[in-house]
Amino acid sequence: MKTLATILAAATVAANAYAGNITVKGSDTLVILAQKWAEVYMGQHPDVKIQVSGGGSGIGFAALQAQQTDLCDASRKIKSAELQKCIAVFGGARPTEYKVALDGLSVYVNPENPLKELTLDQVGDIFTGKIKNWKEVGGADAPITVYSRENSSGTYEFFKEHVLKGKDFAASAQTQQGTALIVQSVVKDKNAIGYGGAAYGGSSKLLLIKKDDASPAIAPTEENVMSGTYPIWRHLYVYVNPNLDKGEIAAYLNWIRGDEGQKYVKDIGYYPLPKNLRSN
Amino acid sequence: MPDQNQNRRRSHGWMGIHRGHQARPLEWLAEKFIFLVSLSAILMVLLIFLFVAREALPVFLGQTNTALVQKPIPPDDLDKHSPAELQAYLELSPAQFAKMEKSTLRTLLEVKVEAQDEIPENFRKDPDAQANTTEWKYLLHPHQWSGYDHPESIWQPVGQIKKFNIVPLLVGTLKVTLIGLLFAVPLAVGAAIYVSQLARPRVREIAKPTIELLSGIPSVVVGVFALLVMASVLQGIFHYQTRLNAFVAGIALGFAVIPVIFSIAEDALTSVPRAYTQGALALGASRWQTAWQIVLPAALPGVFAATVLGFGRAIGETMIVLMVCSASVMSWSVFDSARSITTTIAAEMAEAVNGGPHYRILFMLGALLFAATFISNMIGDFVIHRFKNKLEGKR
Repeated sequence: MKTLATILAAATVAANAYAGNITVKGSDTLVILAQKWAEVYMGQHPDVKIQVSGGGSGIGFAALQAQQTDLCDASRKIKSAELQKCIAVFGGARPTEYKVALDGLSVYVNPENPLKELTLDQVGDIFTGKIKNWKEVGGADAPITVYSRENSSGTYEFFKEHVLKGKDFAASAQTQQGTALIVQSVVKDKNAIGYGGAAYGGSSKLLLIKKDDASPAIAPTEENVMSGTYPIWRHLYVYVNPNLDKGEIAAYLNWIRGDEGQKYVKDIGYYPLPKNLRSN
Repeated sequence: MPDQNQNRRRSHGWMGIHRGHQARPLEWLAEKFIFLVSLSAILMVLLIFLFVAREALPVFLGQTNTALVQKPIPPDDLDKHSPAELQAYLELSPAQFAKMEKSTLRTLLEVKVEAQDEIPENFRKDPDAQANTTEWKYLLHPHQWSGYDHPESIWQPVGQIKKFNIVPLLVGTLKVTLIGLLFAVPLAVGAAIYVSQLARPRVREIAKPTIELLSGIPSVVVGVFALLVMASVLQGIFHYQTRLNAFVAGIALGFAVIPVIFSIAEDALTSVPRAYTQGALALGASRWQTAWQIVLPAALPGVFAATVLGFGRAIGETMIVLMVCSASVMSWSVFDSARSITTTIAAEMAEAVNGGPHYRILFMLGALLFAATFISNMIGDFVIHRFKNKLEGKR
């Protein structure tokens, strides 16, 4: 009997130890940053355990509505269908949305390509297949090979909504599994064009982007993205069930969005939130 | 009394317990355990198929709707609608609906209205925005979407207007699979003839395991190799425009299929009775003539079965095609890109809204694929059995 009591007591202690357990799931774009945050935070708060996993924003939202994760990382806003499911499960409450970082998307071309800049509309027309030859935008007389991401990627969706203005990508656009692979292909293919996070650019050439014909060409640098002058950028989000947004989880979210957490954003290749969006 | 004696010998009791239990209980136990394991494997396949079919069912029943512009129910009209109407409108299960509070329902209605408000202006007037793109005519026939100058079959499942035409995927799958087979079958069957009939024993001992070792290479590795090396080399030889295309994917796929076809074809060729070979050689045929004109025709059903099983392997292969090419172009040209069904499922399932139309259609594609591989494997197995029986003279 006594042993049983000891085991029970041990089990209770173990359960208490996991009281500070936070699970994070979602976007592959955010997963490295989320891991970095978790690592640093756990170093400062040894009693908190944070488990981070990726899979994609959609997987994260599915886990959020199944209440299998506390936090959901997302590289896009929640969709109406997902929002409804969450509300149905959370008893009428909407999931809380936090902006946690900025991401600037750059347009890559082969380093041998003489072109320096494009307008936003030209980029859109190239990716929809309306512009098929580099000479139409002032480059050499050569067909353009378009590289795009898989349609499961948040980056793909963002690019489609904001650069292509909702139009379809050209059917001939080669889809690649990740930004790194796009860069690989762009570097190998003289006539290629691709897009992805500025930090992934590697040895490809990043084009300067003009909002329209009259505006200046802007490079995707930190200050240009943070000030909003570079035209292709987005927020990265964390969603949480509002009923859980207290205690340890709220403290963690607050830390991420504060100066302390934002320090690590740049190490991963994204940009920190401007001061007015931070928690402190 | 001979009759009784015979009866006793035949009676094994329930599940053999009468006979085996007394004699060798452990063996009996092991036997039953293995039986249960194999039974559970069959059960598992059945369960998986049922799961896939269940998730895909709403597409077949026409219960999914992707129309972008729908007339929302204003939240204030909550009481004017019957519970059944609301439940269908909010896509809730009866159990979910029953325990839902009024305030929650209201929020859900508000979200629906907000979603409608967020639709960009240029899509509101689009005639396609009213269409339910999961209807069969949109899934199978080309449609003239706004912004396109002629009817096209388009797979663009993400965006405001979701285009789910599965024809480019079917074409892509067949294209890549057939190229893979065209590349793999001659090589694999040739290798099988050589190894089983012509090679010296020492060569055979090295060649056979080496070719079979090919199946041990993870398909991701083959995919990376094809993506980084083969694509550039082949482009250098053939000078086509698209670097990553169905041709490269098919050749890479061939490497995955060769060991499958080789080992089955080699088995079939080896199991041709020695009497055939000896007879032919005794009549003065050369070794080559014997292999080509006597052994191969005798083993042809086995070689055919090997090809069919190779087809099943090729059509179900994911990683290689996923890495090498995946643009959903509607084109039969070998040097254009292609997107196979497996690629589509693997790449898109992660982001598809759980239970949404995209998710359902991916499951429908999965069910199609399951049926295709199941049938091809069945044919392969059936032919192999017939062939074995024929060679053993059991017919």
